[in-house]
Amino acid sequence: MNKLAQQFMGWVDDRFPATKMYKEHLSEYYAPKNFNFWYFFGSFALLVLVIQIVTGIFLVMHYKPDASLNASGIPVAFASVEYIMRDVPGGWIIRYMHSTGASAFFIVVYLHMFRGMLYGSYRKPRELIWLFGVGIFLCLMAEAFFGYLLPWGQMSGWGAQVIVNLFEAIPVIGKDLSTLIRGDFVVGDATLNRFFSFHVIAIPLVLIGLVAAHIIALHEVGSNNPDGVEIKKHKDANGIPLDGVPFHPYYTVKDIFGAAIFLFIFSAIIFFMPEGGGYFLEYNNFVPYDQLKTPPHIAPVWYFTPYYSILRATTSDFMPWLAGLVAVIGALSFISLRNVVLRIVAAAITLVIVILFFALDAKVWGVVMMGGSVMLFALLPWLDQSPVKSIRYKGPLFKSILAVWVVCFLILGYLGVLPPSPVGKIVSQICSLLYLAFFGFMPWYTRMDKTQPVPERVTFE
Amino acid sequence: MSNDKNTEAEAKTAGCGDCSRRSLIAATAVVGGVAGISAAVPFAMSFAPSERAKAAGAPVEADISSLKPGDMTTVEWQGKPVWIVRRTPAMLASLKADAELLADPESKRAEQPDYIKGEARTMAGKDEYFVCIGICTHLGCSPTPKFVVGATEGMGDKWQGGFLCPCHGSQFDLAGRVLKSMPAPDNLKIPPYKYLSDTRILIGDDSKGA
Repeated sequence: MNKLAQQFMGWVDDRFPATKMYKEHLSEYYAPKNFNFWYFFGSFALLVLVIQIVTGIFLVMHYKPDASLNASGIPVAFASVEYIMRDVPGGWIIRYMHSTGASAFFIVVYLHMFRGMLYGSYRKPRELIWLFGVGIFLCLMAEAFFGYLLPWGQMSGWGAQVIVNLFEAIPVIGKDLSTLIRGDFVVGDATLNRFFSFHVIAIPLVLIGLVAAHIIALHEVGSNNPDGVEIKKHKDANGIPLDGVPFHPYYTVKDIFGAAIFLFIFSAIIFFMPEGGGYFLEYNNFVPYDQLKTPPHIAPVWYFTPYYSILRATTSDFMPWLAGLVAVIGALSFISLRNVVLRIVAAAITLVIVILFFALDAKVWGVVMMGGSVMLFALLPWLDQSPVKSIRYKGPLFKSILAVWVVCFLILGYLGVLPPSPVGKIVSQICSLLYLAFFGFMPWYTRMDKTQPVPERVTFE
Repeated sequence: MSNDKNTEAEAKTAGCGDCSRRSLIAATAVVGGVAGISAAVPFAMSFAPSERAKAAGAPVEADISSLKPGDMTTVEWQGKPVWIVRRTPAMLASLKADAELLADPESKRAEQPDYIKGEARTMAGKDEYFVCIGICTHLGCSPTPKFVVGATEGMGDKWQGGFLCPCHGSQFDLAGRVLKSMPAPDNLKIPPYKYLSDTRILIGDDSKGA
């Protein structure tokens, strides 16, 4: 029997590198032995991706992307979601898995990203892993946005209306661009159908490609770890890192255990609070889209609210503060750069940005700030100039600035679900400035910080 | 750098054995690239509104005979809400008094037909009936009517009656004019329209002689 299996694998391996790939990515992929709790979230993200794809495939079997009204005057798309919830056997649980999965995806991805920020996982030589990751994050946001239109409820329609109208703020081409995105002059059937296409095929294809690139790049350079030291520096006689353990069985078992706990919590939410108190599924979305009437309070789903707050904070009275921040960063760059050409470039860029701050409408900058605050993550590998990777050996300066940034991010997220208010506006403006300053001043405070000596090998009890 | 490599490099710059083939490859790649880009044109075009979507802008008729003073009605035109507000004399009086609160009291920047005049933003002699597109000029939500003067609807003591956008808090007066330092940059838009009789309005068509 065993011999037969060996012969079979031999036959396959001559034609396809099955054993080679198994070894490279699982049984002989050596991961640092000191992974902690934070290292669960990458594999959880992969698990949620599988859940979303499988549940999505089954939802498409019953869902209809059609904005026209049925015989009882309800939009067909809205009615088909209710049909899945009420009449399709098992439909309700598949739909709740998918809608809860969306929020779960963002929870695990935010924690996965924060892990990277804690332990400097974006630092050399892992810059490309990080950039692929930022790409995955952008795809996820697009996926969530396009998917949210499909139930064709009040939040679906008005959310899409607001976000597509953001593009109108772009000078010259804005108006045509937003019409091109909608495929109509209003959010309508054409919009619903193209968003459906993006949601079920275009973005998932890109997403899966990026996930593959993310993992291939990771396995090429090897995983970082909570100490931020390279385990490949110390190898045994066989060339195996002394502080590494094979991913399978060590981390497959660890991750399966973690996945079991994760699925406990995930199931509890699906069964007992699938709407997440109005945060996972907003109550207004149980009303069919009415393009003549905006509901009294609209807010994006929780995972978009930090960026939405930054959008709302950027009004004309905020521009001088933003200009001040950019001017200070520009001045610091000018002083720090040694090369004369680079100095002139830095000064010129600063000047152009500050002039544009006042020349263009604040509405344009709101959109730029919202997009930019997401894209800033992509710069982290180059902004972080600390001699150490991990927070364990970084000094009090970085730790306190990171803590302030986390608090700001949470406050922005909280304010984003609230209706606009004068106090909320000022608080979100302060938090937006601090959010940007965290990235803007990083090259300087990471250099100034008093770091501790990094151990030669990983610490492990 | 060894001597061999230098001579190799010189040979490359001086000339190559298959120069004409390389030029042909380049030319082929350019032609192929043009074909590839051209093939993208129909896909990019398909994003634009279809002929059916473009045609769906027919004018709509509204009957205002049953509209009471102080009330409003909404009709759908081109998929957008169009409001018709029948204003009371007190409401009209408030429009004259609030100029210093407004970003554009004379509607100089506003999108509105030429025959729309004055602070009431109506056709001459029809001040009572205000017609506008009920879409906020900020990000396209539909504002909520808040007609009660004062704080009773949560709008503060100085509120003179008007509209509040639920999305980002822009405020408009009873002629759809935006208040100062609001997210919305402009006054609400006014569609082309005409009176078919004293109680019938045609929205979306202002041609004469019909």
